[in-house]
Amino acid sequence: MDLNLDEVEKICADLYLRALQLLPPDIKAGFSELQRTETDATGQAILGTMVENIKVAERTRNILCQDTGIPIYNITIGRNVAFDGAGLKEAVRRGAARSTRENSLRSSVVHPITRKNDQNSCGIRVPVIHIDFDDREETVSIEMIPKGSGSENGSFLKMLLPSDGITAVKRFVVDRVIELGGRVCPPTIVGVGIGGTSDLCMHLAKIAATRPLRTMCEDAEGAKIEAELSRAVNELGIGPQGLGGRSTSFAVHVEVAATHITQNPVAVNIQCHSARRARATLTPGGIAFS
Amino acid sequence: MAHHVLEMPVDADQVRALKVGDTVTLQRTLFGIRDATQIHMFDRGRTTRLDLKGHAVIHTAPNVHRVAKSPAAPAGYTPFCIGTTTSMRMERFTRPLMEREGVRLIVGKGGMGPATQEAFRDLGGAYLAIVGGAAALETTWIEEIEDVDMDDLHPESLWKFRIRDFGPLLVGMDAHGGSLFDRVQADVASRRDAVLAGIGASE
Repeated sequence: MDLNLDEVEKICADLYLRALQLLPPDIKAGFSELQRTETDATGQAILGTMVENIKVAERTRNILCQDTGIPIYNITIGRNVAFDGAGLKEAVRRGAARSTRENSLRSSVVHPITRKNDQNSCGIRVPVIHIDFDDREETVSIEMIPKGSGSENGSFLKMLLPSDGITAVKRFVVDRVIELGGRVCPPTIVGVGIGGTSDLCMHLAKIAATRPLRTMCEDAEGAKIEAELSRAVNELGIGPQGLGGRSTSFAVHVEVAATHITQNPVAVNIQCHSARRARATLTPGGIAFS
Repeated sequence: MAHHVLEMPVDADQVRALKVGDTVTLQRTLFGIRDATQIHMFDRGRTTRLDLKGHAVIHTAPNVHRVAKSPAAPAGYTPFCIGTTTSMRMERFTRPLMEREGVRLIVGKGGMGPATQEAFRDLGGAYLAIVGGAAALETTWIEEIEDVDMDDLHPESLWKFRIRDFGPLLVGMDAHGGSLFDRVQADVASRRDAVLAGIGASE
């Protein structure tokens, strides 16, 4: 299969708008579950407003949240796909800029020092593009995540010591969730990275924060900790928007990587309740959006 | 818990009548303001021709359509998607916003801190919590973009919106030292040790 870069540009443009407009089904199901278990009246009212907002966005074809985020594209390329790598990255960038222009999206991206906004959602090294490979035959998937900043500002890395143990890792996560309170737009997905190098640990936290609900960490030890922490954070009483209640988080997700004998790194990255992502899968048969 | 309908602008007495837990619906006018707007106004001495006295500001940077100026779009913009952002980043601007510009109400998400609480008490102000991430719904409460200033900071310009039935909003902080956010934080702090013990992570 030859990857057509004009097609990639168009798909990347479409995915940005689609992600901003439509919440994935697992997040909608997550809202229903929280509505069933929330006991606080204010918490219930806020969840109700969030669910109403999802419906209004669908009905009026509006975007869900004003924050168009930092555009992230995760591209996974299977076997027997021919492509121009440099051209692929350019096509992704053109797609993000085109969607911003054609759909009147707010450009939320500025130069980090001058704070200049080029009004096209692009800048130095933005969109963030991750390219990976898997063994699917003649298949390319492109996942788009408009990462909102209210939750992205809830990011932490701590290089704990091996002697601090896993208990310090768990305590670190709970204390960061407490510290953030309502600022990160709860109910959230708390993404936790454990292990790796400092940069890998932070990246694991992002993978965890943007993983679909009802999926589990592939490592059994990681899965055990995410189940424990998922229960724990919802006993804190932070609640939707930090105004009290059970529904602090849809889930805590953990991703792990091997680390150095001297290290015990933990990272936290939060996804807000507008947990937006959209995916396109390209095969010789056509394009499927999900 | 009372419900208040406020025709903007308002005076100090009207704001002091608001109590934490009350709800508010705003009518007529709302201004949009953000990080860069306030950095330029209060750190770099810029002034605005817009009169914010007695008004409410929402922490926002909107998505707008650029259109030709007309009676329906006097500023050359129409609303597309307008919601709120995390207020806490703008904590140090509450007092100058109230003292210099005469702002009375702040609309945002996540709550604000002790400097804001003090400014509210000293000058007569309140924080109205709106649901973050519910911008599609909240946009339906905005009728028109009446004016815009400092638009070189776009989208972090100073926006003037004409609103109708903007709410209900929850009074999260009042002029009497009350804060729902503090109340929840104290409750959360009291639960922390038991939660950590439950996962074998006590100190």
